[in-house]
Amino acid sequence: MTETLPGAAAPNPTDEAAINAAVDQAITAIAGAATLDELKAVRLAHTGEKSPLSLANREIGKLPKDQKALAGKLMGASRGRVNKALADRTAVLEAENDARILLEETVDVTAAPRRRRAGARHPLSTLQDRVADIFVGMGWEIAEGPEVESEWFNFDALNFKPDHPAREMQDTFFVEPPEAHLLMRTHTSPVQVRSMLEREVPIYVLCPGKVFRTDELDATHTPVFHQFEGLAIDRNLSMADLRGTLEHFARQMFGDEAQIRLRPNYFPFTEPSAELDIFHPGAKGGPRWIEWGGCGMVNPNVLRAAGIDPDVYSGFAFGMGIERTLMFRNEVGDMRDMIEGDVRFSEHFGMEI
Amino acid sequence: MELLGLYDQAAEINVTPDRGYAFSIRGVAREYAHATGTTFTDPAAKVQVPAELSGGYGVKLNDDAPIYGKPGCDRFVARTVRGVDATRPTPPWMVSRLRLAGIRSISLPVDISNYVMLELGQPTHCYDLDKLSGDIVVRRAAAGEKITTLDDKERTLDAEDLLITDDSGAIGIAGVMGGAATEVGDSTSNILVEAAHFDEVSISRSRRRHKLPSEASKRFERGVDWQVAGVAAQRVVDLLVELAGGTADTTGTDVGTAPDTVTIELPAGFAAARIGIDFTEEQIVTSLEDLGAAVVKNDGGWTVTAPSWRHDLETKEDLSEEIARLVGYDKIPATLPVAPPGRGLTRVQQQRRRLIQALADAGLTEVLSYPFVSKAANDTFGVAEEGAARSAVKLANPISEEQGYLRTSILPGLIEVAKRNHSRGFRDLALFESGLVFLPGGTVGTASIPPLGAKPADDVLDALYDGVPAQPFHVAAVLTGHDSPAAAAHTPRVWDWADALDVARLAGDVLGVELVVTQGSHQAFHPGRAARLSLRSGEVVGYAGELHPKLLAAADMPARSVALELNADALFEAAPDVIVARHISPFPVATQDVALVVPADVPADDVLAALREGAGELLEDVALFDVYAGKGIEDGKKSLAFGLRFRAADRTLTADEASAARESAVALAAERFGAVQR
Repeated sequence: MTETLPGAAAPNPTDEAAINAAVDQAITAIAGAATLDELKAVRLAHTGEKSPLSLANREIGKLPKDQKALAGKLMGASRGRVNKALADRTAVLEAENDARILLEETVDVTAAPRRRRAGARHPLSTLQDRVADIFVGMGWEIAEGPEVESEWFNFDALNFKPDHPAREMQDTFFVEPPEAHLLMRTHTSPVQVRSMLEREVPIYVLCPGKVFRTDELDATHTPVFHQFEGLAIDRNLSMADLRGTLEHFARQMFGDEAQIRLRPNYFPFTEPSAELDIFHPGAKGGPRWIEWGGCGMVNPNVLRAAGIDPDVYSGFAFGMGIERTLMFRNEVGDMRDMIEGDVRFSEHFGMEI
Repeated sequence: MELLGLYDQAAEINVTPDRGYAFSIRGVAREYAHATGTTFTDPAAKVQVPAELSGGYGVKLNDDAPIYGKPGCDRFVARTVRGVDATRPTPPWMVSRLRLAGIRSISLPVDISNYVMLELGQPTHCYDLDKLSGDIVVRRAAAGEKITTLDDKERTLDAEDLLITDDSGAIGIAGVMGGAATEVGDSTSNILVEAAHFDEVSISRSRRRHKLPSEASKRFERGVDWQVAGVAAQRVVDLLVELAGGTADTTGTDVGTAPDTVTIELPAGFAAARIGIDFTEEQIVTSLEDLGAAVVKNDGGWTVTAPSWRHDLETKEDLSEEIARLVGYDKIPATLPVAPPGRGLTRVQQQRRRLIQALADAGLTEVLSYPFVSKAANDTFGVAEEGAARSAVKLANPISEEQGYLRTSILPGLIEVAKRNHSRGFRDLALFESGLVFLPGGTVGTASIPPLGAKPADDVLDALYDGVPAQPFHVAAVLTGHDSPAAAAHTPRVWDWADALDVARLAGDVLGVELVVTQGSHQAFHPGRAARLSLRSGEVVGYAGELHPKLLAAADMPARSVALELNADALFEAAPDVIVARHISPFPVATQDVALVVPADVPADDVLAALREGAGELLEDVALFDVYAGKGIEDGKKSLAFGLRFRAADRTLTADEASAARESAVALAAERFGAVQR
């Protein structure tokens, strides 16, 4: 593209027509430069030391005094026009160049690798936290205790008579030697007893945790599972308070349309006792009643075991299974999925529940 | 169907363990009447029982070792029916009803006995009168005494077993199973009918001891109506006469003493306060009378006499339940009690949550495993030294003998989970689990436990607390395979020992606890690639590193799998209560690098600690950025390169000041380890 310039004589810096012709020639060449490299050659040719305009400019010194001013003015303006054209063209070509590079850097974003592992919580653990948060929000506290427990805390303190069939229905794991009266807790109720012994009344505690029964693992049974049990001890608590508490909790868990239902039952540690059903509006296959847990008014013998006067205080207690809750809340069909540790199970839930 | 007499319906009822009474049509009918409002007619009332029985078969109640002071047998009714044809078929209606109740037809006398049990809830027994010799004596067994029961098994008896005996010895385990020798057979023509009342606990223990669950023991254990024994005996007699062609003796035997009737004071307003329903007087009285209780009004409420068939009614709370039940639990209103201001989650609860969340956030997957492990697993993972045995809690009745112990480490269970995932095609894993481990100490349990219904004395309670083994909360992780899935333009990294340390240190970081890392030795880990993790105090809180190659091979785990386990409770306890802020200096940093040649066996961390100590307070940070051995370094030595960052709180450091601090750091490293600057 670069034209071979007439390297002959320098134009006369007072010859306006010649100078303008050189300028026009330069501007045409600048406009014609398609790349930054071409533009560099054009710049050398039209503004370099050997270029007509530079040569003409050098001639000004040789002019008579009275012509110098006019020539200087002409040359200044001319070179200014060329430099501006150069700058403009440079900007255009640089922008084009930048755009082309970015275009060339295009990647397929749909082929991005996952470099970071996404971790996951076990949903039973997440659900346990969620339940705890609801009760903490109500001013309750979370109480915990050991999983291997003294038989007294697990049974006797809870008014299980030594030879009562109810004691056997718990399918207990005993610890060697049996004479030491240690077992794996069959419910989290021993934590309630510990709470009553260790805290001042009024007591409002939730006791979540692992419990153990000698069931073989199958689709609906597991020897290790999780419960949460609530205990409230205060003056003048009634079964209506129990119902109100359970209703509030059920609505936090399952929405405003959730309802609860109490049916008579027997537990050694509560009198009256009730089976607790929940009306689950979002249940798979349509809204329905689902067995959720047990509850009742704390048996006075349980209060006595903890040194609390049943004539002054009363209390209520309730307990539900976390696995069971997860099963009907999140449609888990098989108990084994929750305990086998298959990473697909936890990872499907991520950090949510 | 109806014409053929095959039109029957059966309902299955769940009977709670406090209601022996409900194991009979008599009890179920009463409950049905409560539930539906139908009129209840007591089937026991239809049986004509003689006002008094005497002159019958000789029976003596000789219990010289009552349990909890209650005699094993407090009533024994014996009636005689002669000339029975035991071979007559049982009427189809009776066979059908028995079958619906899950009882197989055996012979007419036995079927009648079972039928009456279903009807009235009172188990009875028929003896072949001609096989009895001498008076019947109800007594405790002599240790080692033997009996062959109806199922033709010889059983050795315990001194606590209550027996029915005659001159020949034991002829039945009371309330559990009769003996074979006096069994009714086809040739039987004279029958002695027994209807007795036995102590719940005594029967329950014998049944458990001999693993003999029977329809009779099920009812006796849950409590049978003392009053119904005579009625039931009469009903069996009547049926034997009607269906088996027998003739009843007019004489009979009825020995024993009725237990005291239970009277309960029910203060007015008590049930209302406990249930939250403002019961009317009529609701209270009607409900209790419907149960069969006698209700007498007194000054402050009512005196209630519980019916003889309701052993479960003992307290005013029990009565409140009955009133609520009969009025309907659905009538209970809902009120929400307000708890006093709570303190939120405890610090440890918050720490536990943070730890679990941090590990999940770091890309690990939380799983759960069972705490049941083998002795070998505890001995390998629970103790650092090879060959040492770990004291562990052993279960008396484990699901599998192989996994008969409770875990002292989370890792065995976690490795099983990893293996299960591997077998399902997932080899690249980062798993973690947290939970309790079980570390029995000196005392295990207590020789006895205090009775129910009373607070134990302080020293008794303390013993109960002390007998429970220590159960610290641990967290463990296992990393196998790669850190991420293979993908286009991405090469996953193989997890290595340093990742295990990294996860451990992350656990420390999120709790604000510094973990001191030293070269460790633990039989479950690679001998050269295990780190012992301690607190500043020196307490060892865990291990991290590459699992032992032999162990990995034996478990068919990917080579170079790594793991860690921490006693999280120890970390929680070591966490600072208050973190004091550090002054943030706005002055520029002066960085200096230093390469030190030290003997190859000197731990880098020790050199780093010497540099930190020697550099003084101008040192802001020091980090190891290169380890080199080989060309240019003498054999048996290595070169450690550290970057030191200096900064002053109050001025811009001069190059000389930074250099002086560096020299002082190097000097201490030289003094301790013979470190030479390269």
